Amino acid sequence: MSAPLALVALPVLPLVGALAAVLSGRWGGVAAGAVAAGVAGALVALTGAVAAGGPVRVDIGGWAPPLGIALEADGLAVAFLALTAGVMAAVAAAARPRFGAGPDGAATRAGHAFWPLMLWLWAAMNLCFVSRDLFNLYVALELLTLAAVALVAIEGRAETLAAALRYMIFALMGSLLYLLGAVLLYAAHATLDIGLLALRVAPGPPDRVAMGLLTAGLAVKTALFPFHAWLPPAHAGAPAPASALLSALVPKASFVILWRLWFEALPDLAAPLVLALLGGLGAAAVLYGSVLALMQDRLKLIVAYSTVAQVGYLFLVFPLAGGAAAAQPWSAGAWSGAGFHALSHGLAKAAMFLCAGLLMTAAGGDRLAQLRGLARAMPMTVFAFGLAAVALTGLPPSGGFTAKYLMMTSAFAAGQPLWAAVLVLGGLLAAAYLYRPMAHLMARERPEGAAPVAVSRAAQAVPLALALLAIGLGIASAPVHALMQIGRPGAAEEGL
Amino acid sequence: MIDTAMLYGLTGAGVVGIGLYGFLSLRHLLRRVLAFNVVGSGIFLMFGAAGYRGGGAGADPVPQALIITGIVVALAATALAVGLTLAHARASGRRTLPEDDT
Repeated sequence: MSAPLALVALPVLPLVGALAAVLSGRWGGVAAGAVAAGVAGALVALTGAVAAGGPVRVDIGGWAPPLGIALEADGLAVAFLALTAGVMAAVAAAARPRFGAGPDGAATRAGHAFWPLMLWLWAAMNLCFVSRDLFNLYVALELLTLAAVALVAIEGRAETLAAALRYMIFALMGSLLYLLGAVLLYAAHATLDIGLLALRVAPGPPDRVAMGLLTAGLAVKTALFPFHAWLPPAHAGAPAPASALLSALVPKASFVILWRLWFEALPDLAAPLVLALLGGLGAAAVLYGSVLALMQDRLKLIVAYSTVAQVGYLFLVFPLAGGAAAAQPWSAGAWSGAGFHALSHGLAKAAMFLCAGLLMTAAGGDRLAQLRGLARAMPMTVFAFGLAAVALTGLPPSGGFTAKYLMMTSAFAAGQPLWAAVLVLGGLLAAAYLYRPMAHLMARERPEGAAPVAVSRAAQAVPLALALLAIGLGIASAPVHALMQIGRPGAAEEGL
Repeated sequence: MIDTAMLYGLTGAGVVGIGLYGFLSLRHLLRRVLAFNVVGSGIFLMFGAAGYRGGGAGADPVPQALIITGIVVALAATALAVGLTLAHARASGRRTLPEDDT
């Protein structure tokens, strides 16, 4: 497969799979498997091309921007495409027993909904990572949001429907803010292409307003504090495989767009006050999300609040990469650190939600008291949960450690130890809120008369594989780091 | 002096403001969905005005193409939101989210 073809295939293949799954719910799982195989092939071709010759770019239909739409895959995009593919494949494997055809060979109602939505989500994620046009990104974000909202509502209970509606209200608000920002940029510069914007923008008041709107809209979609209220009920209410997708992947798409806006499109607009505000909200998210995670009594809510906290770390990249020092050899460290954090969190959080789903199946609920002593019956799942916890806490040798190491080095190098304190405190809090479920799982005694339902080893192997990848990301961090540097924007090096 | 494009743009901004107020202040879910559509219409009006190039020059076609796409996206979002609202009303008997009950 040639590299441009692979680039176009990445968003198109899941879309075709989604349509096939709509037509035949029974074969939804098979369609997901076929898409996973196709995407893996395209990714191998694309990664090879990007590693050998730098970013791959396609002007769709031969029309160059500003008239046409460009797709471009740089190292960062390839890394996130690979993360998405890995998590999607694992979730597809984990969802087969639950959403596959019933005993009579017919598709269940939930299965009819799950497979198309999952593939739809995949297409939208891939498009978010490779598109370079603000309006095209808007459409991709909307596809992503609609699929994600529908996944939350899949079980159709009153409280999950309320969670889906709350999510939708926040997300629609975010879309409108984003769209308004894009309109203002078009009115000022007559282009929506990120590359062309970077060339044309002479920062002025309209651009500041536009960037403020775009940032606010994307922050709502990423669930940055204080716009996080929708996230925990939505992520905890969805079925476990859907939760894994929502928590591990969906916030990354809007964050990558935000990231590209600040680092690639309009780096000149970054004022110290704005960077401090974004970083401050991120720090507040880390602390607030962690404290609330510590107070929950249900496993899925703990994991969901942990996502609120972990998303906060990503926003620390803004102050760290825009430090006061004039020469910024360390901003690139902050930039790569945030990338590592997003990848590591994606793998670990997906593993954790899939573990939570298996533990719930075994215990019949996700209250911590119900989960007591499950480690004896399900050592593999609890081990996977523990490994994912190591990655989320940022202990070596996990990918989370690499991320925090890079960010902390740049915090000290840029003379901003305050952000390093947030990193340390967040790590300690993560250890605390993840210790509570671990302690319950490792308890010696099960509650009286609650024999766990058996869960197959094959099902338990899926989250373990993801958790091992999260750890492996730290051990094999050098090639991933090198990949992410391909096509790195200048602003990542020079500082915002 | 306010020219045509400015008039359209300001009208669009006004519509966005009205819709935004409704979106934030209303609790009935269907009304919120309608308010979302009002905001969207205002943004599309502003977008159309951004394509105005003065008398005789014809309008910039790019915003028009994007507005049509945007309307389709807004329609899809509205359909999902209305469907969810109906399902929620059937399952819980409420017209509002639980936290908005007075």
